[in-house]
Amino acid sequence: MGKATKTTKTNVLIIGGGPAGYPCAIRAAQLGLDVILVDKGGLGGTCLNRGCIPSKAVIHAASRFEEIAAHAETPAMGISAGKPKLDMKALTAWKDNLVTKLTGGVGGLLKAAGANVLDGWAEFIDAKTCTVTLADGETMTIEAQNVVLATGSVEVELPFLPFDDPRIISSTGALALEKLPKTMAVVGAGYIGLELGIAFAKLGTKVSFVEALDRILPLYDKAMTRPITRWLKTHNVDVHLSSKAKALTKSGLSYEDKDGKEAEIAAEKVLVAVGRKPVTQGWGLENMAIDMSGPFVKVDDQCATSMRGVYAIGDLVGEPMLAHKGTAQGEMVAEILAGHRRRFDPVSIPAVCFTEPEIVGVGLTPDEAKAAGETVITGKFPFAALGKALAMQGGADGGFVRVTARQSDHLVLGIHAVGAHVAELSGEFALALEMGARLEDIAGTIHVHPTLGEGFAESALAALGQPLHIAQ
Amino acid sequence: MGLYSFKLPDVGEGVVEAEIVEWHITPGQNVKEDDVLVDLMTDKATVEIPSPVSGVIKELTGDPGDVLPVGTVIITIETDSVGETEEEAPKPESAPAPEPASAPEPAAAKAEASNTPVEEPKPVPKPAPVAPSAKAAAPKPTNDGERPLASPAVRKRALEQDIDLGAIPGSGPAGRISHQDVDDFIAAGGRLMAGSNPGAREKRTGTHEQKIIGLRRKIAQNLAHSKRTIPHFAYVEEVEMDALEQLRVHLNANKSDDQPKLTVLPFLLAALIKALPDFEQVNATYDDDTGIVTRHDGVHAGIATATPNGLMVPVVHHAETMDIWECAAQIKHVTEATRNGTATRDELTGSTITITSLGALGGIASTPVINAPEVAIIGVNKLQVRPVWRDGAFQPRKMMNLSSSFDHRIVDGYDAARLIQRIKQLLEYPATLFM
Repeated sequence: MGKATKTTKTNVLIIGGGPAGYPCAIRAAQLGLDVILVDKGGLGGTCLNRGCIPSKAVIHAASRFEEIAAHAETPAMGISAGKPKLDMKALTAWKDNLVTKLTGGVGGLLKAAGANVLDGWAEFIDAKTCTVTLADGETMTIEAQNVVLATGSVEVELPFLPFDDPRIISSTGALALEKLPKTMAVVGAGYIGLELGIAFAKLGTKVSFVEALDRILPLYDKAMTRPITRWLKTHNVDVHLSSKAKALTKSGLSYEDKDGKEAEIAAEKVLVAVGRKPVTQGWGLENMAIDMSGPFVKVDDQCATSMRGVYAIGDLVGEPMLAHKGTAQGEMVAEILAGHRRRFDPVSIPAVCFTEPEIVGVGLTPDEAKAAGETVITGKFPFAALGKALAMQGGADGGFVRVTARQSDHLVLGIHAVGAHVAELSGEFALALEMGARLEDIAGTIHVHPTLGEGFAESALAALGQPLHIAQ
Repeated sequence: MGLYSFKLPDVGEGVVEAEIVEWHITPGQNVKEDDVLVDLMTDKATVEIPSPVSGVIKELTGDPGDVLPVGTVIITIETDSVGETEEEAPKPESAPAPEPASAPEPAAAKAEASNTPVEEPKPVPKPAPVAPSAKAAAPKPTNDGERPLASPAVRKRALEQDIDLGAIPGSGPAGRISHQDVDDFIAAGGRLMAGSNPGAREKRTGTHEQKIIGLRRKIAQNLAHSKRTIPHFAYVEEVEMDALEQLRVHLNANKSDDQPKLTVLPFLLAALIKALPDFEQVNATYDDDTGIVTRHDGVHAGIATATPNGLMVPVVHHAETMDIWECAAQIKHVTEATRNGTATRDELTGSTITITSLGALGGIASTPVINAPEVAIIGVNKLQVRPVWRDGAFQPRKMMNLSSSFDHRIVDGYDAARLIQRIKQLLEYPATLFM
């Protein structure tokens, strides 16, 4: 930055091209604003490059591999197959190809909308001015009327299991392996650890979990995690609960078990998936005089920070750190900047885990609703009673749909499901909550037979005391 | 760990039921012995019920406003100690709900003949019966703190048009606000969000339902009973108060510090004490059921008192034994105790005739409702200077009306009028009060 740099002025400056920042840029440009998006590390952010999409690709491939392997071992449905072979390098390449296609698509969309994208690293001098070091080493100064911060998050590193050791990997590293490890220890049985751990187990890795809490997926109640626990058990995946990872050993990972005793797991690789933290360093946040809320940037219900004209969205502003929340916030901020009146007031932010089986949670669980002072009724419908689930071999995993409604007026307060493919039901669940549906609305909506969605209508009927396909 | 069943206690003589006024505890809460569990109300006394044991509240029976018979188990407490055998509660009838039948009928079988014998399903708990469909209650605006129920599009529109959804009564199921509701609201000149148009006249569209419980319900019941069963006979007369006021001011100016300030009420009470022996049918209580009138020699004067919770009538017992100062002191004592909530049960019961006064708010005339089973109530209206025709000219006089009601079944109009005239004379010539 020694020499004088050129200065550009813009209406809207967005930092970060992930699932919060790039939709914000597209919408702002669509609305006629002058937009510069600065991104380093690939448009699409964590989501497209090393999160949601690549992990789903690997999970899909792993499921395919497991199915074929199962047929090879025991022919079923009249299908037999030879033992499948895995080329991990090819799998990773296929996934990378997919990622490239999608990130390229994002670039195309931004361009079509008229947003300017800079491949570079921004560093703020004050709240409205930043210096961008471009990919080619050139620097430039940007003065913006409005700033939208969307810097995202990174994996939390454990000091005693640093990512610079080749045997220790983060979720990013796990998605870039060129060789399938024979054994893997996963530290952390939250959704990221479980999704990836289960995928590797399907590919044939011997996976063991070490979780500090006394249960997996602590955000969901036990009834919902039971089918996953069952899958892990039947697929020879060890789960060490109430245990603390200690250190890398010659052959694996040492940990302190629930009784406080030292133990060891064989692990060619150790995947550390203990959470994510917002990216708040390295880009001049400290020069912006913005209030924080814990590790996150503090924002109001319009995603405005304490500094006038500076907004923050996505993982940077707190839980839940989910792509779709960031996208919704990004769109909203763009519209606010264009002069619209908007507020971030969703009834729910749906959440999904692509575990085996999958989990969806929208709104309040019965316990949460009771804690909020509601008197509730619930209805539960098991997929074991649903033809489509059985036809897809999805009924045997103990999955179900459960709806929670207010007793007095039957307003649906929460919908939770666990089972194969249930993540795709999340849209209908969220719509029901946003539209203020009552149990009668769900039960009165014709659901296609045969689909998994029938289970939702049946759960509403069950809550009303009139299920058709389970005995009362 | 033992379960202690707390039964609705017998809180007063002959009380067979009590109303839950307020819970001081919630299930799951820890209580120590003597912590207040619940407020119960009988007759007109509200009693705080302390916990006899320490433990964790498991279950509560009844909501505020419910009237339950004495002996009902209203609280189950899990005690720390073992073997509360005496009061050990029976195990709750409903065992924990078993898991739903593990092998329910697959939906795929829906087309198959239903006569195929299927395995007897395991007993599945019936869900608690629910209302067939939530009643279409009259639309009402959302309460404070509760989120208005509306679709994202309606929410967005409201924000853009500066409309507070909380102020719109939703006509849809569960009070859902539709686009039509927003249209109607705007067409009706609906309120804009606070701050956006200050000074605009707002339409007040709210209605607020409140269950009448506790003291208010008791008041409602008593007054309704009184008005329904007693043929009220009202009588209004004016009293010239100059002489009495002169005396009253003099007494107050020269009283000793330990003497209470005198208001008009103790003088009225003194007049009643003096007059009632000649009107024994007025100082009486009448039992509708047995048809018996009980005439009382003693004067037990109820003093209608406004409290933060509503109207109560504490009693000055045996006023006939008191001089004017004692009457004043006693009136002050019982009304203050009642307002503070420290009045004893005795101080709240047993009146034979009631005096009611709204003081400066007394108005010109009123029609007081008799405090059954009494048969008379004497109301005091506002004292004010009025022109009185006397000796060929208008003269300014301190005039005060007495508005009284009598149970016409027991008290004839002629007697009622004579009583009030007697009181009038006593008050107009206050020396006669003390002779």
